[in-house]
Amino acid sequence: MSNEPKATPDITSSTVPFWRNPEKRGIIFQIAVLLLVLGIGYVLFSNTQANLKRQSIATGFGFLHNEAGFEIGESVIDYSAADTYARALLAGALNTLKVSFIGIILTTLLGVIVGIARLSHNWLVSRLAGGFIEVMQNIPVLLQLFFWYSIFYEAFPAPRQALNPLPGVFLCNRGLIFAVPEAHPAHTPMLWALAAAVVIWWLLARWARKRQDLTGQIFPVVRSGFGLCLLLPALVWLAYGAPTALDIPVLRGFNFLGGMAVTPEFSALLIGLVLYTSAFVAEIVRAGIQSVNRGQIEAAMSIGLRSGQVLHLVVLPQALRVIIPPLTSQMLNLTKNSSLAIAIGFADFVSVANTTINQTGQAIEGVALIMAVYLFFSLSTSFFMNWYNKKMAIVER
Amino acid sequence: MTDKNASTSRKYLKPPVTEVGVLGWLRENLFNNWFNSLLTILTIYSLFLVIPPLIKWAFVDSLWFSDAAACRDIDGACWSIIPANARFIFFGFFPEDQQWRPLTAMILLLALVLYSQNRRSWNKLLFPIWTAGLFVMGWLMHGGLGLPVVETAKWSGLPLTLMLSLFGMVGAYPLGVLLALGRQSRLPAIKSLCVVYIELIRGVPLISMLFMSSIMFPLFLPEGITIDKVLRAQVAIIIFTAAYIAEVVRGGLQAITKGQYEAADSLGLNYGQAMRLIILPQALKIVIPPTVGILISAFKDTSLVVIIALYDVLKTTKVTLSNPKWMGYSSEAYLFLAVLYFIFCYAMSNYSRKLEKALHTGR
Repeated sequence: MSNEPKATPDITSSTVPFWRNPEKRGIIFQIAVLLLVLGIGYVLFSNTQANLKRQSIATGFGFLHNEAGFEIGESVIDYSAADTYARALLAGALNTLKVSFIGIILTTLLGVIVGIARLSHNWLVSRLAGGFIEVMQNIPVLLQLFFWYSIFYEAFPAPRQALNPLPGVFLCNRGLIFAVPEAHPAHTPMLWALAAAVVIWWLLARWARKRQDLTGQIFPVVRSGFGLCLLLPALVWLAYGAPTALDIPVLRGFNFLGGMAVTPEFSALLIGLVLYTSAFVAEIVRAGIQSVNRGQIEAAMSIGLRSGQVLHLVVLPQALRVIIPPLTSQMLNLTKNSSLAIAIGFADFVSVANTTINQTGQAIEGVALIMAVYLFFSLSTSFFMNWYNKKMAIVER
Repeated sequence: MTDKNASTSRKYLKPPVTEVGVLGWLRENLFNNWFNSLLTILTIYSLFLVIPPLIKWAFVDSLWFSDAAACRDIDGACWSIIPANARFIFFGFFPEDQQWRPLTAMILLLALVLYSQNRRSWNKLLFPIWTAGLFVMGWLMHGGLGLPVVETAKWSGLPLTLMLSLFGMVGAYPLGVLLALGRQSRLPAIKSLCVVYIELIRGVPLISMLFMSSIMFPLFLPEGITIDKVLRAQVAIIIFTAAYIAEVVRGGLQAITKGQYEAADSLGLNYGQAMRLIILPQALKIVIPPTVGILISAFKDTSLVVIIALYDVLKTTKVTLSNPKWMGYSSEAYLFLAVLYFIFCYAMSNYSRKLEKALHTGR
């Protein structure tokens, strides 16, 4: 220990050259990258400006107010070729929302059923579910859409020979046509009654939770909630004299009149998306349920819960925490995949935007609109996810 | 005596027939309670309704090698559409006398895949072998050096599908790793650029990227310069896939404990060395299974180039189906393609599962 360690030399920024100082190096590197990105951006921008001027393509979103001049196969809102591009795009966006909304509900249902079937103790059922999952996951969704669409227009007969699997339901190459209740003034109040039932359900759930926290008594919230949702509209329906008239589709000439028609494009898109996505959902549900420790189930059974209660009070709350995040991203995938509608001629947002681009030549605005709409969907979903994750995070001791 | 008798008879006492063998298995797996029995019977009944007509359609009443006219007279499947149009479905517009070239390239690819599937061949030679292989494949497809040049516009069918996915993976993987590193970076400008890139791309459908490549990208280039359609679609696929790979790799980077970073620092390694020698080898190994998942979906997603009118194997099939002679046999053609895609994807996912087991990355 004769050699006392020398005092560390005072390292100041003046003695260290700047390229050996990680902080300064970082700043220089960042400035270089930013300059590079900005430079590339500027070159692209000026090229684009020059190209647009040369090809005399208009810029800006002014075209939205012009007359669209093309028809849309089906639309939730009233639309005709005389309407503006803005309205056409709105109709397209609503079609995307419609197919995504119905698709998400059906996918969740089918996915949960297949996922539970995959875990079934029944060998046959579990193997069938496994086969379904493998097949659906490994075939491109676009190919599936083409397949279902081709089934509609090749395998199904013309309206005159339409299949009639149930009374009032017709299946032909014009799509699925089925009877619906005739319009009646009772329908609007029935919808309001349903909304009221949902609100009451929510209040009931809050009250039941509070009471359970205080007294430990359990109130059958789910059963009574479903009961309310059926009972209230039914009461309104009875109050209006129980109208039962049906709008039954009838063959007139080459097509059906009346009833509700689902076009082959919409059906093919819905079937393809639901089958494809539900295979992924099934795997998520299976993994979620398997993630619940066996000890949890045994513990729940040993404190005397019935098997329904075990599922409802112990397994599901824990499994859902694992299931919901990937499930949401699958729902988002379904929404994004609905853009493939353009390949089978369903007028979704991308399809309408594409027609708009072809007519106006304003590719940049069109593609920007497409991206903005889908980004809006994704960002709102991820906000929901963050909120949910925070709410469901395990509170550690 | 009695004791001994009892013990021998006990020794030879067989379990009841309902507990072992086929009957036992049936009882255990299909009929162990009334609900399962009901389920089994219902399932068998619905299979009985579906399977026999399907077999009759696909195998009994079907034609496999015939001309289109013969197919009009049968009720079953007309599989003849595949062999009769195989050349066009597989190779599209590639000049007929040169079609041995994409065929050789595909065989070469298959050989490379089979070779590198074995983990013993994962050594320093693997990278040069693949690089050489890719160059030979590119040469076979494009020509030059003694072979007549074939324009990319004529690349079509299965080789195009495979090429878009292969080069998509090869291009997207390093870009994805860089993006993941950028997202974990301490430099705010780099980090925010990478976050914006990843979230932006993951938020939009692939089809919008393909539109961008096909109708918007030409506007970005100075006058007189054009980049061909296949390459533009390829770039779009790479840009798209890289964002997903970045997220997967980020998961791997986050799974590496802080101690590893500190150990690398204390050894005096700089950022590049630490990443290359310590962090990435571990992080990338952890995320092999999800990466294969991304690659499978990238492979499936190449079929989307149909929408921007590139002639991949799905598009050549659709063209075949628009031929009046073969119109109306879509189910057969699409089922054949489904089997084709299924084989590729199933092989990949199966391999990833095996790898996962071998590497013990799962918990």
